[in-house]
Amino acid sequence: MADIKKEHELLVSVSPHIKSEETTSRIMWTVNLSLFPALLMGLYFFGPKALFITALCIISALLSERIFQKVLKKKPTVNDGSAFLTGLLLGMNLPPSLWSFNPFMIHVPIIGSVIAIVITKQFFGGLGYNIFNPALIGRAFLLISFPKAMTIWTTPTAAFFALDAKTTATPLGILKEEGIGKLIEAFGDKVNLYTQLLIGHRAGSIGETSVIALLIGAAFLLYKRYITWHIPFSFLGTAALLAWVFGGKNLETGKMLLFAGDPIVHLLSGGLILGAFFMATDYVTCPTVRKGQIVFGIGCGALTMLIRIKGGYPEGVMFAILLMNCFAPLIDRAMKSNVFGAVKEKKK
Amino acid sequence: MSNAENKVSYIGLIKNGIFAENPIFRVALSLCPAVAVTSGVKNGFMMGLAVLFVQVMVNVTTSVVRKFIHPKVRIPSYMFIIATWVTVTDLSMAAYVRDVYAQMGLYIKLIVAFAIILSRAELFASKHKVTPSFFDGLGMGIGFLFALVIIGFFRELLGKGSLWGYPIVNTKPLLIMILPTGGFFAVGILMGLFNWIDMKFFGGGGASGGGH
Repeated sequence: MADIKKEHELLVSVSPHIKSEETTSRIMWTVNLSLFPALLMGLYFFGPKALFITALCIISALLSERIFQKVLKKKPTVNDGSAFLTGLLLGMNLPPSLWSFNPFMIHVPIIGSVIAIVITKQFFGGLGYNIFNPALIGRAFLLISFPKAMTIWTTPTAAFFALDAKTTATPLGILKEEGIGKLIEAFGDKVNLYTQLLIGHRAGSIGETSVIALLIGAAFLLYKRYITWHIPFSFLGTAALLAWVFGGKNLETGKMLLFAGDPIVHLLSGGLILGAFFMATDYVTCPTVRKGQIVFGIGCGALTMLIRIKGGYPEGVMFAILLMNCFAPLIDRAMKSNVFGAVKEKKK
Repeated sequence: MSNAENKVSYIGLIKNGIFAENPIFRVALSLCPAVAVTSGVKNGFMMGLAVLFVQVMVNVTTSVVRKFIHPKVRIPSYMFIIATWVTVTDLSMAAYVRDVYAQMGLYIKLIVAFAIILSRAELFASKHKVTPSFFDGLGMGIGFLFALVIIGFFRELLGKGSLWGYPIVNTKPLLIMILPTGGFFAVGILMGLFNWIDMKFFGGGGASGGGH
């Protein structure tokens, strides 16, 4: 007996020997938690229909993951929180008026979730193998499939049971169609415009409006070091710079006025904060090299502003992140760090 | 299939074209028309018919003249044969089915560049006698037709809620399915389904390769 015991003491297992407490599921649930303030603000501004849409997205995302893995006899991973996160992000990216626009549109969030989970994630091999951000593909699919329902926005009511909200345009929509003057007019004065955008009292998707709540969640993630500053700050910085340089417009001639844009309005409106901190930083679909992450962020910011200023859509964060997702492996390959001590091969 | 004068069953050749070496789903050749013209069943069917005709005629012609073609100039020779039969198809369709031709005349001319036709002329018809070549062309053409119709079926049903132009369902359709994006979705999912059927029931290893 003693011999066997000694043998056990000498047993060496494969590294790693010290494991941290961080697991995929722990990180995923923490990200879910950090999105909670923004979700609460969305529910406060847009009422029960926002809660209904978000819940529908989450439930259908979880169900489609469970059913897919059951059918293909794969290891169930529903509890790791990634499907929950996809559903939550998708719900927060949908317009709250989706449901009140037509009660029969109930299938829209469900289709979005199924596309996000089954086609974007599971068809490519599950979590860790997907090329694109699942929630964003779900939203892009819905935007192209149901262009009318997905672009009707309502004013925030802040009265929980007011079901019939007025439809209106998003700040970016007004900015694109009628210019900055009209936008300031709609909110009173410039200071009021900034504060309202910061708090989130404006038309928009359920979870994107309240910048302050999103920043609280983002600060928490940065503090926990689940995300680093590279992607969000290069993303936001590029967007702000381009908004300042190219965002201005001569109101009389309609021509572009250089160095006269309003970067603060661009930063605070649309899904820029939500996209930069919570979706562009998705571990699976962004480059892993730090230098590459900065390139990724700059690309996202440039494409966003290109679509916002020159493109057909008022908002471009979604398409910008999806386009840069394609480049993530390429960026990784181009920017991979040198092996320490290795000598570069000479060109022949 | 490579052994030149082996006896091959004609039914087997047709089956081979429809399933085992289906141009779209298994060999993944000529995916361009599979995405471009299949926004409806009718267009897919007409395109499939045109390709079926061209494929059969090209196979037969190539097989007839195979002994007179010098190997060094065989590809240009096949291209001449294909271009001849595509012109015949193009002019006949322009004369007799004007409404269809108005919609997809451009793609009919493009049949010249379809990889599947040249590949069958090179791989099969140039090494076989006329009758097997005829049946191989028939099988490949039917396989192509079948693939285009089934893709068009899903895309038209989901994208427009209709079939062959007649409305079927009255709900809000998925607009994305009649756009090129939807074509890629449909082709990809159906290709996966065919691979799955092959692996599950026939013990195959899945499709490989690719082309345009």
